[in-house]
Amino acid sequence: MANRIGVYICHCGTNIHPKVDTEQVARFAKGLKNVVASKDYKFMCSEPGQDMIIRDIRSWSLNRVVVASCSPRIHEKTFQNACLRAGLNPFLFQMTCIREHCSWITEDSEEATLKAMHLVAAAVQRVNYHEELYSRVQTVHPDVLVVGAGISGIQAALDVAKAGLKAHLVERAPSIGGHMAQFDKTFPTLDCAACISTPKMVAVAQEPNINLMTYSEVTDVNGFVGNYEATVRMNARYVDLDKCTGCGLCLEKCPTNVDSEFEEGLAKRKAIYRYSPQAVPNKPTIDKDSCRVLNGKKCGVCEKFCPSGAIDYKQEDVEVKLQVGTIILATGFDVFDPTPLKQYGFGRYPEVYTGLQFERLNNAVGPTGGKIVKKDGTPPESVGIIHCVGSRDANHHPYCSRVCCMYALKYGHLIMDKIGHHVKIHNFYIDLRCFGKGYEEFLRRVQEEGVNFVRGRPAEVTDQALTPEEQGKLMVVCEDTLLGRNLRVPVDMVILCTAMEPRADAAEVARIFGISQGLDSFFLEEHPKLGPVSTATDGVFLAGTCQGPKDIPDAVSHASGAAAQAIALASKGETAISPTVSYIDPDICVGCKTCIGLCAYSAIEFDERRKISVVNQAMCKGCGSCAGHCPSGAAQVRHFTEREIFTELSGLLDPLAPRSVVSTEAEPVV
Amino acid sequence: MEEFEPTIVAFVCNWCTYTAADLAGTARMVQSPNVRLVRMMCTGMVDPKYVIKALLSGADAVLISGCHPGDCHYINGNYKARRRVKLLSEILTTVGLDPRRLKLTWIGASEGNEFAETVNELVRDIKALGPSEAASLGAM
Repeated sequence: MANRIGVYICHCGTNIHPKVDTEQVARFAKGLKNVVASKDYKFMCSEPGQDMIIRDIRSWSLNRVVVASCSPRIHEKTFQNACLRAGLNPFLFQMTCIREHCSWITEDSEEATLKAMHLVAAAVQRVNYHEELYSRVQTVHPDVLVVGAGISGIQAALDVAKAGLKAHLVERAPSIGGHMAQFDKTFPTLDCAACISTPKMVAVAQEPNINLMTYSEVTDVNGFVGNYEATVRMNARYVDLDKCTGCGLCLEKCPTNVDSEFEEGLAKRKAIYRYSPQAVPNKPTIDKDSCRVLNGKKCGVCEKFCPSGAIDYKQEDVEVKLQVGTIILATGFDVFDPTPLKQYGFGRYPEVYTGLQFERLNNAVGPTGGKIVKKDGTPPESVGIIHCVGSRDANHHPYCSRVCCMYALKYGHLIMDKIGHHVKIHNFYIDLRCFGKGYEEFLRRVQEEGVNFVRGRPAEVTDQALTPEEQGKLMVVCEDTLLGRNLRVPVDMVILCTAMEPRADAAEVARIFGISQGLDSFFLEEHPKLGPVSTATDGVFLAGTCQGPKDIPDAVSHASGAAAQAIALASKGETAISPTVSYIDPDICVGCKTCIGLCAYSAIEFDERRKISVVNQAMCKGCGSCAGHCPSGAAQVRHFTEREIFTELSGLLDPLAPRSVVSTEAEPVV
Repeated sequence: MEEFEPTIVAFVCNWCTYTAADLAGTARMVQSPNVRLVRMMCTGMVDPKYVIKALLSGADAVLISGCHPGDCHYINGNYKARRRVKLLSEILTTVGLDPRRLKLTWIGASEGNEFAETVNELVRDIKALGPSEAASLGAM
């Protein structure tokens, strides 16, 4: 039986019509083979538009539908659902775009109409060969894997646990807490970061629904939405956490000092160390790169003094496999290293700090016990705060890091609060971006406290004195772009508001989890506005700053959003998997195995008995690498078969009719 | 004589270049009407047969465009396309087609202007190159 195709041309108000003569296109389509109904209408996606299609499918017994309107990325689902409501398999539908790719971009009306006809002809020819396809329903494993236990990962894991589901929380560092645990106070409320984050850290440790794995890394992920298998390597801590009581005697006795990561290099730690004062779990770890015993030297002091016999130099990395349904990535950010910006003298002048170093300097459990002092132990009399270091800079990161303005204001306030209001604070800014709740009010408050603001990006920080008054000071050299004057501002201390940047190993992590990075190298969300939490890989969600710079409230909301997505999938218990995957025709396959090497998802196996390759449809993502390469043409992606593409090409390329047809009223000849 | 208007087929990947084309449309970036898009899921699924079929059925050029290296939605499909295009270009030369009639580009989802420029540039280039040699090869 011949196909019965219905073609529907949308005006999209005035977006497509009159640039494209939709009436003419509809008339042209009516003349195409197997087309029994062809109509144009004001708004095809509207309720009456969809009803028209549904009515026609029923009354004309249509078995194929073509809609020419906007991009299929916008309304393909809408029309597929309309087909479904009329009892037609949604894959017997083809949509072609005559708005974004035609009416909106073509100057000449005649040319636009002609192009629309070709596009419609291609869709009509192609739809003839569409097959009925059925989405597979896949059960979703209820467990959730959360990667990274900063504030985002903690929030996501707690939300998942609260929903009664199991969360595996994997953290690379020996303790959870992330960057937030390093902060002192948080803007604009000035409540201390530890006071609000440590209760959450403890809640994670006590939550029975959370399987906490610190000092661990996800090394491999296999599977697909609802059924992922993650391999987690639990790095050897050389301390038996079950035996260790956390007494801390080993920390006192260890003879090896190294720079502390947590203190941003402002203090030393031992080779056996507790990651942070509020670490969860609050037990030590041996750093195998610095420990004398693990590097073949004589020592063993910690083992000798440990009262509970918890030190175990023979401990080895352990690999575990986790079955989960969904994955939340909360891997956070790195702080921009300002060393390449030589003009600011970071690393050269001891009194130039990064933002995060200053957080530690200011922190009550930090290296100075919360006293803001220079390296000589005296408090600074003047401080220069340089904004946008590494951000909004064509040479480094073009984006705005979103938090620096606010923490710079906070530093100004805290310095005055701790040392006294006589301290001169100079902010060197490009723009002040105080966009959050209560942020503008905080700016006003800090301005009223007497903090100085200079609009201009400093050219350099130097200790070269030009006058006796400048002796012993760091000079911030800058043009005040509001006054139009060059300034040399003497200060005792400089704080660089360093950018937030993607983790150094973001590309590797993206590869493991099968997601992409944006142009800025942060992980790419599914849609910048309407899908900021999901990724193009089903079942993998993003939380917090791994997706882009965020402040704490935004990171927490993002994390709760990611948790809600994961919980939604688990709570439904099943998910539909697209049927547009690859298929290898067993009668054609010669068993050359070319496709097996090409498949990026290891979704093709070799059937030794039949000597042919077979696609595991649950693992195939439908990329078509196999189909593009198969020398015998046995591998085909459903909905993108060779016949479908060939007929589409015919529609695009076959001469329609003499071009004069477009401008006359005559019925097109086909 | 009337100016030569080439017909160009573009195989674009759903995740990057097709989205860029949408974006170019949304921003009303004027493009030559000569390029007609075929939406593929990935440039990795563009069979060499499709390119040859297009060139032998009246297309004066073929554009293949996908995600930037490293950004492929399917991990590495675009690398496979790159290898294939390299090989295909050689084959085109042997059969007497100008290899410039096959072009491969990477246009990310946010690069609408890049897409519009590529389209207009390609149309200009192919106009300069003239009609496909395929007709005179007797392949039509």
